Amino acid sequence: MTTKAFQRIYTQLEAITKATVALKAQGVSNDELATVDGRLAQVVKIKGDLVTLQVFSGTEGIPTDSEVIFFGEAPSLHVSEDLAGRFFNAYGDPIDNGPKVDGEKRFIGGPSVNPYRRKQPSQLIPTGIAGIDLNNTLVSGQKIPFFANADQPYNQVMANVALRADVDKIILGGMGLSNDDYLYFKQMFENAGALNKIISFVNTTEQPPVERLLIPDMALTAAEYFAVDKNEKVLVLLTDMTLYADALSIVSNRMDQIPSKDSMPGSLYSDLAKIYEKAVQLPDGGSITIIAVTTLNDGDITHAIPDNTGYITEGQLFLRTDTDTGKVIIDPFRSLSRLKQLVIGKQTREDHGQVMNTGVRLFADAANAKTKLENGFDLSDYDLRCLDYAKDYSNKLLAIDVNITIDQMLDTAWDLFGKYFKPEELSIKQNLVDKYWKGN
Amino acid sequence: MSTTGKVTGIIANLVTVEVNGPVAQNEICYIKLGDTKLMAEVIKVNGKFASVQVYESTRGVKKGNDVEFMGFMLEATLGPGLLSSNYDGLQNNLSTMTGVFLQRGEYTAPIDMDKEWEFSPIAKPGDKVVAADWLGEIKEGWLPHKIMVPFSFKGEYTVKSVNPQGSYKASDTVAVVTDENGEDHNVTMVQKWPVKVAIGGYKEKPRPYRIMETGVRCIDTLNPMAEGGTGFIPGPFGCGKTVLQHAIAKQGEADVIIMAACGERANEVVEIFAEFPELVDARTGRKLSERTTIICNTSNMPVAAREASVYTAMTIGEYYRAMGLKVLLLADSTSRWAQALREMSNRMEELPGADAFPVDLPAIISNFYARAGIVKLNNGSTGSVTFIGTVSPAGGNLKEPVTESTKKAARCFYALNQSRADRKRYPAVDPIDSYSKYLEYPEIAEYLNAKVDPQWVEKVNKAKNYIIRGKEAYEQINILGDDGVPMEYHSRYWKSELIDFIILQQDAFDSIDCSTPMDRQEFMLNKVLEVCEAPVKFEDFEECANFYKGIINVMRQMNYSVYKSAEFEKYLEQLNKTINHDN
Repeated sequence: MTTKAFQRIYTQLEAITKATVALKAQGVSNDELATVDGRLAQVVKIKGDLVTLQVFSGTEGIPTDSEVIFFGEAPSLHVSEDLAGRFFNAYGDPIDNGPKVDGEKRFIGGPSVNPYRRKQPSQLIPTGIAGIDLNNTLVSGQKIPFFANADQPYNQVMANVALRADVDKIILGGMGLSNDDYLYFKQMFENAGALNKIISFVNTTEQPPVERLLIPDMALTAAEYFAVDKNEKVLVLLTDMTLYADALSIVSNRMDQIPSKDSMPGSLYSDLAKIYEKAVQLPDGGSITIIAVTTLNDGDITHAIPDNTGYITEGQLFLRTDTDTGKVIIDPFRSLSRLKQLVIGKQTREDHGQVMNTGVRLFADAANAKTKLENGFDLSDYDLRCLDYAKDYSNKLLAIDVNITIDQMLDTAWDLFGKYFKPEELSIKQNLVDKYWKGN
Repeated sequence: MSTTGKVTGIIANLVTVEVNGPVAQNEICYIKLGDTKLMAEVIKVNGKFASVQVYESTRGVKKGNDVEFMGFMLEATLGPGLLSSNYDGLQNNLSTMTGVFLQRGEYTAPIDMDKEWEFSPIAKPGDKVVAADWLGEIKEGWLPHKIMVPFSFKGEYTVKSVNPQGSYKASDTVAVVTDENGEDHNVTMVQKWPVKVAIGGYKEKPRPYRIMETGVRCIDTLNPMAEGGTGFIPGPFGCGKTVLQHAIAKQGEADVIIMAACGERANEVVEIFAEFPELVDARTGRKLSERTTIICNTSNMPVAAREASVYTAMTIGEYYRAMGLKVLLLADSTSRWAQALREMSNRMEELPGADAFPVDLPAIISNFYARAGIVKLNNGSTGSVTFIGTVSPAGGNLKEPVTESTKKAARCFYALNQSRADRKRYPAVDPIDSYSKYLEYPEIAEYLNAKVDPQWVEKVNKAKNYIIRGKEAYEQINILGDDGVPMEYHSRYWKSELIDFIILQQDAFDSIDCSTPMDRQEFMLNKVLEVCEAPVKFEDFEECANFYKGIINVMRQMNYSVYKSAEFEKYLEQLNKTINHDN
């Protein structure tokens, strides 16, 4: 950003915290950008002549006589087709040694789509993973996070899902991405030969945390350009939203706001909703689908970040290691896709809904049998069959390394039902049992 | 000369304005930003500084921007055309807005003032009338929509003239009334009312005395909702709050449905936009959208307007109630509204209450729930607003301030249970924790026994008792093992499972099972109780389990079949055989 003639320059800071500075200034507007000692900052509070700025890269080493230059406008991104295949930092500047992207200037964090103009999501996104396609089917225009502990391979699963999905553009918003994971994504995309449809906005762990706050808005501004202006199907990947929320709490804390649950700002719900609600099916065919990652502390989904996320997103995909098979599975109890009803049995086979429910219910019965076993009780014949079924079900359907079509998933489920159960134990509609039953 | 002011401070959507004249608490003002005007509401006054919450993004607002105060509170516009409209929280019509995106400062009219309606008079010249009395009637779709003496008219009036039958614009004068001082007042089809003030104009508000059917068995049979009653549905995410609320909206036995989508997902509203114009109301044969108004302030829309959205919805509900109609008001979710209050309280640096919510939260919630109710109008007819709100407790913990405050205000409690949802037992309403206080009302019991079955309440309590005893038996079985408990415990457990599978669980996505009329609910409950009371003996617990599993399977097929169809009767016969054979 270069200095222009009409810009206002100040040189006297009144207050400095770890994330913000305050100074006396005139004619400043809310949300506008500035530089403080050359670092990018944004106006977050105006009280009389006192203006508070949040400094994205932190305030280490900023002196009270820093030069503050106001730009008179909110953060923006230049959008054009040339964004495709490029890597950017949180400010939208290239980090791949390529040229600056020219194009129309769009302010980030723009207005919401009129809910009346939205269309109902209706296109199934197949991923080949049965824990997703069979039990928690994804639909374009949906927003859904992976809930995973830090040690689970969530970025790998997400990359797989992205590359298998039939979309026009994939936009990666990396927040606090480890350098290793950043390179992993880069290599994955290159190997898949898909680089030309991928755009990345990346903030790694080596960069200051407050910068992350810009990443989702940058990624979604680019997404809206392709989805609204070009009617393209866009998939946005956001990882890791827990680190984004942590950055929010840092800023709110420095501004002396009263924290609510888990020391998160009281506005956490609205802050997260503003991002996730950008997922949309547009009337002219374009769509934005958001798949995010929210890392958990030891599976605790009652923490404010996953909790608020769950209330905003259309379901969640819960990764867990199955102790019986040692495989990472999509937990059928805690996972949910709220939009699956829009495609199940409509774009998939008629028996999908009932097979899905019965499969999970039997898996739950197996969990009960396991509890009985652990408590030292005798197991009934049904309990034993459930336990055997659960191992097969986990291996052949829930594991994340499965890659088959939805019809194959349904057939596999009927195979397992026939192998371990009697038709009357399924509680499935009789006409479907008559048609698909594979047992004796 | 109205009051004006200048912006002196901004934190997110809280703006401080230095004013040059009188301002009222909750007065509406507009902040001028170039050609755009941003609507805001006064929420605190301190000396010559007013704190206002802005209903829009404050990006670009500067110190010194002009502010114009309007002299009135946030008002709802009430008149024909509200039904089948889609509004935002401030009652802007979303369908007449231009463009894909919501543009800041774009405000659209809630009612088309030029639309003509076929009017027929009710009152005659010389009649003595007060506020909310009916002057005439138009047909809004198929519903009789009364044109009333505006609610804001105080004292008694004499009707001077009422227009004869004919077609008039919404903005035309259709009647003239004279006040006690001899002054004439024109009445059009449209009036305005401040949303935060309850609409009165009725004679009395009795205790609810009849049931509002929802077609959802775990509500109608076990914990019925009263017409004019209040209830709430708390539940962690993923427990089926929204599916349950949509089912109630589709099937609820009401003339008018008002849905306030308050701080929730936009796609859920889109589902209503897409489905309701297609779905047909079984009772009237008319499209569901014709009886529905949607107030939609989704989670990404301005936070301050969330509060406005629930009040606007309630005001529209009270308006239709005053016409003698049954209104069902659904708000999803009141927690988001409470969070909006918290954000604002925090920015104003008020001392916080529990979990940083404002200290007056319980009072705000109970005042709001108190606006529901069945009322006797001045002319003797009844109207009602039944209110069901959802609550989204943080972390699924029901001991948080919003749930606790709501529990004190609402009479029905439909607790959604995470473990039921995990086991896909939908609707995940917990049969033991949930309650309907109305079941204890003698007038409701009398109504149910007369309308459904002479021993209905007794039977319902019997079913509840089976569920509780089944749970106890299950716990014992888990502690002592299958062989460690008497046979009786196994049959107790399986009887509760039977009630769970056949009465409580219901497939909201099955075209037949989704909605169960009361006569069918009566039939199935009687049948289930018959099975529970049949004296069957088992050799071992596996035989017991298999017996009830078989019955559950047959009765589930009955639930999936058209009531009293050949298929249904076939399964019924099979069921009767099983029960009698083992006798």
